[in-house]
Amino acid sequence: MSAVGTNTANGAPAAGAPSLGGLGGILRLGASRVLYETRVYFRTPDTVFFTFLFPFVMLGIFTAAFGAAGNIGENADGTGGISVGAYYLPAMLAAGILLSGVQNLAIDIAGEKGDGTLKRLGGTPLSPLSYFMGKLGGVLVTALIQAALLILVARFLLGIDLPTEAGRWFTFAWVFLLGVITCAFLGIALSALPRSGKSAAAVVIPIVLILQFISGVYLQFYVLPEWMQNLAGVFPLKWVAQGMRGVFLPEGFASLEQTGEWDFPMVALNLAVWLVIGLVLSRVTFRWIRKDA
Amino acid sequence: METSSPVVRVRDLHKSYGGLEALRGISFDIRAGETFALLGPNGAGKSTAIEILEGYRDRTSGDVSVLGADPQRAGRAWKARLGIVLQSTGESGNVTVAEQLSHFAGLYPNPRRVSEVIDAVGLASKAKTRISKLSGGQRRRVDVALGIIGRPELLFLDEPTTGFDPEARHQFWDLVRRLKAEGTTILLTTHYLDEAAQLGDRAGVINDGRLIDIGTIDEIGGSQARVPLVRWRDADGAPREVRTQEPGRVVAGLIAAGGEPAGLEVIRPSLEDVYLGLVRGERRGHNNETGADNGDETTGTAGGDSEEEVLA
Repeated sequence: MSAVGTNTANGAPAAGAPSLGGLGGILRLGASRVLYETRVYFRTPDTVFFTFLFPFVMLGIFTAAFGAAGNIGENADGTGGISVGAYYLPAMLAAGILLSGVQNLAIDIAGEKGDGTLKRLGGTPLSPLSYFMGKLGGVLVTALIQAALLILVARFLLGIDLPTEAGRWFTFAWVFLLGVITCAFLGIALSALPRSGKSAAAVVIPIVLILQFISGVYLQFYVLPEWMQNLAGVFPLKWVAQGMRGVFLPEGFASLEQTGEWDFPMVALNLAVWLVIGLVLSRVTFRWIRKDA
Repeated sequence: METSSPVVRVRDLHKSYGGLEALRGISFDIRAGETFALLGPNGAGKSTAIEILEGYRDRTSGDVSVLGADPQRAGRAWKARLGIVLQSTGESGNVTVAEQLSHFAGLYPNPRRVSEVIDAVGLASKAKTRISKLSGGQRRRVDVALGIIGRPELLFLDEPTTGFDPEARHQFWDLVRRLKAEGTTILLTTHYLDEAAQLGDRAGVINDGRLIDIGTIDEIGGSQARVPLVRWRDADGAPREVRTQEPGRVVAGLIAAGGEPAGLEVIRPSLEDVYLGLVRGERRGHNNETGADNGDETTGTAGGDSEEEVLA
């Protein structure tokens, strides 16, 4: 063991000690947390498979299972319609946003509570703001990589035609961004629910799974009964999925929606409301540790 | 530094969980540069006390000042001056030792150099190994490294050497002595009384939420508890023992009276003996003299290092 280096602070009062850098320091640490979170994400086999790769697996399964049954939305004379892969691409993009935000963060943070990570961080000068920036940034980065790869796989492996109009890609950008941020905050909020890190997956996955079934991710939304469609409309995933369909499906498919159109203003409004709910719940429920557990 | 106000000041600290009183009014100071050992059995309230000082728990009543601030209200600048080694860790650790230390170094305004700290805890050969791949003792060293990376003025070590092999423990003691030489104030809890004796300047013993003794390592338990014990077997083989400040004279007397005594021992109570005497004395409800009245019980589990064979 070698020397530890001189202690310049040396028990003296804090006068002259370097400062923590104020808001700049918080932002700088937040950026460093984004790198750290992203690195850990890709090194954790559970998240790589069940969060990152899962939409790819599901897209592959849907394409393989239903591809032979013909196109979706065909006219009686066999014209029109799109391939099963093309129909499910927007659904899988929505699933990726939900998994990267809600499922990933809810399980991740509940685990960090359970295994002492948060307690350790709570004993350092790390600002909770930097910590949240790291979580949010990590989700943005991983969800963006996931979405980009999904779109590339759809285009080059499955031969799906992509939108060419700039306006559609602009819609994609805001639906994606609003969806990811909303889901990230809801994930942080949901992480307060499991009583231990070990039970987190058991609590979170059923919620996420049910939402995907009723929100038009696994099942075609237009075949669901109206009450289920209305129920799904309460939650944010339905609106992410609808927004994504509006980007990637042909204009004629809008007639299959509940109101017969894509309703982008309603997509924006519902997601914005859930963003605020998620933000408030995150702020209210988050603790470095349960103080008197 | 001698005249400066204490780094830690605790007065009449109480903590209740529901109806359970974990701390029933403890008071002590830790001076700058001092290593203070907080001792006591499991469940005595040590961790509750230390977590209140670290800012993790709120107290029920009493006054606490740590580095001049109330831990319940202190902010990030205050935390930057602390180093905390928690009692238990179970992090998944999908980062390497060097990555974790570099990241934590970035949280502090004036950190130590990562490579120096990795060397200091003896993990140089594991710097690029993921923490999840380390043994329990090696992970504990990472905990210690994370505790000192921020160049703390006050370092909390909550049972730091659990799971260390003897060599690692001695290396850790050297590290703590170097930190102390640099002026770091240290609060240590441990179940290894030899560790407390090696590192501590002063010790406090907590039992059942009360501080039952406090003093320098040499004083604690009172002078009575440290009086050497002469033990032998008499001509009939019956065990005999005498507590005396003059063991040499007693032994000489025995020899003069009847030649070489059988099974002769002169025992100087170690901190462990004194501690056990204190805690057991408490448990008997203060009726007896603290541990000094029953040599068999108080020294029964004494480590061999406390005993000196007397050559006749």
